[in-house]
Amino acid sequence: MNDVQSRIKSFLSRFFRQHDLQSDEDIFALGFVNSLLAMQLVTFVEKEFGITIEDEDLDLANFRTLAAIDALVERKRAPRAAAGAGAGAGGAAAG
Amino acid sequence: MSGDGEAGLRLELSPAQREARQRCRDFVAEHVAPHAAGWDRAAQLPDAAIAELRRRGYLGAHLARELGGGGVDPITYGLLTEEIGRGCSSLRSLLTVHDMVGEAVRRWGGARLKAEALPGLARGERLAALALSEPDAGSDAASVETAAERDGDGWVLSGRKRWITFGMSADLFLVLARCGGQLAAFLVPAAAPGLGREPIAGVVGTRAARLAEVTLDRCRVPAHHLVGRVGFGLSHVFSTALDHGRYSVAWGAVGIAQACVDACLGYTASRRQFGRPLAGHQLVQRKLTEMIVNTRAARLLCLRAGYQRAQGAPDAATETLIAKYFASRTATRAANDAVQLHGANGLSQDYPVERYLRDARVTEIIEGSTQIQQIAIASCPPGEL
Repeated sequence: MNDVQSRIKSFLSRFFRQHDLQSDEDIFALGFVNSLLAMQLVTFVEKEFGITIEDEDLDLANFRTLAAIDALVERKRAPRAAAGAGAGAGGAAAG
Repeated sequence: MSGDGEAGLRLELSPAQREARQRCRDFVAEHVAPHAAGWDRAAQLPDAAIAELRRRGYLGAHLARELGGGGVDPITYGLLTEEIGRGCSSLRSLLTVHDMVGEAVRRWGGARLKAEALPGLARGERLAALALSEPDAGSDAASVETAAERDGDGWVLSGRKRWITFGMSADLFLVLARCGGQLAAFLVPAAAPGLGREPIAGVVGTRAARLAEVTLDRCRVPAHHLVGRVGFGLSHVFSTALDHGRYSVAWGAVGIAQACVDACLGYTASRRQFGRPLAGHQLVQRKLTEMIVNTRAARLLCLRAGYQRAQGAPDAATETLIAKYFASRTATRAANDAVQLHGANGLSQDYPVERYLRDARVTEIIEGSTQIQQIAIASCPPGEL
């Protein structure tokens, strides 16, 4: 489990008490995710990783597992990273 | 203690926040509070009152200035809501539902829909209402029966929505509908063919809030009026709206509780029984103290929620739930005690406290009833302070 997944797991562990969440485990199938937690998860991912979840990102497949959220974060960061690299000294925008 | 000499937690308002609150307080004292009883009795909020809210930038105040909104921070937004709620809960409920829709569209609308709808909402030029409840779907929002089906390049909606606050005045409705086995949210113009509305009369609280039953009879909207994606209408789009609504109602409830404090401090100081002012009796003092302390505690919870919202903190939604839960219960208790302290006068329309009690009861039902919140808070407790 990489750093992104570990941080998401740490956030979710407050709600998934007594459960050692695995990278490819379906968080919706566990029955803990209500609409309140779904919203909190979006807010957490945005703040923690500096991305914005938009309407086109609303796909259960993007949030089903730690690995899926990790992949979403990676995708959302990629364009900015590329833009930052292209701008040379503008690398700070890649954060 | 922190090692660098800083005290850490601060809950002081900025000068700009105090100034915004005072401006709003002056407006409410002059243009709202003196008329609120009349609006309540007539069960009608005059258009001029809404126009005044619009002119002063209180509709869409939370939306960005670039959109035409007020660009105010969450705490300032809360302070303004408290002041307006202190004067008139019906007027406050317009801000609540209008801004719930604005927030949901801002957060989850597509680029085209946002470009079309947000400037009008931000300036309050177009009023919005939330169309969630149905005759057979209240707290169990996922059980809505209003149906949406794809039809060529648009969507066709059919169903019936009930208890729609300001439904008689809204230009736009955010509608929760069932789309196959999933839920979806749509922004529906009131002018769309097939949309009808009838006033609902005889309600107990927020009587001037222009409640409506809204009927959708094969009501057609363009494809881009879908907000978010199918399957996320409740879990994300309406949840965003409801979260904003709970924040607004929490502050509005603090406003009611503060109005009760104000009314009771004045009344118990002037009304004399057994040879001295009511305020000189210890059992009266006990009620006043409970009212003052709980109102203050509710406001602090609202400030905490506002701070979390300003930070974009994941716990902001839970803090908001807690604030709304406590503030709405506080408002009901304060208003109940306020009526009691006023005796027979408290049962009379000559005094405002009977209206406060009726309006306070509404805050325990809308945007998540007290009982639904008891379930939600226990299942999603916030992190350590």
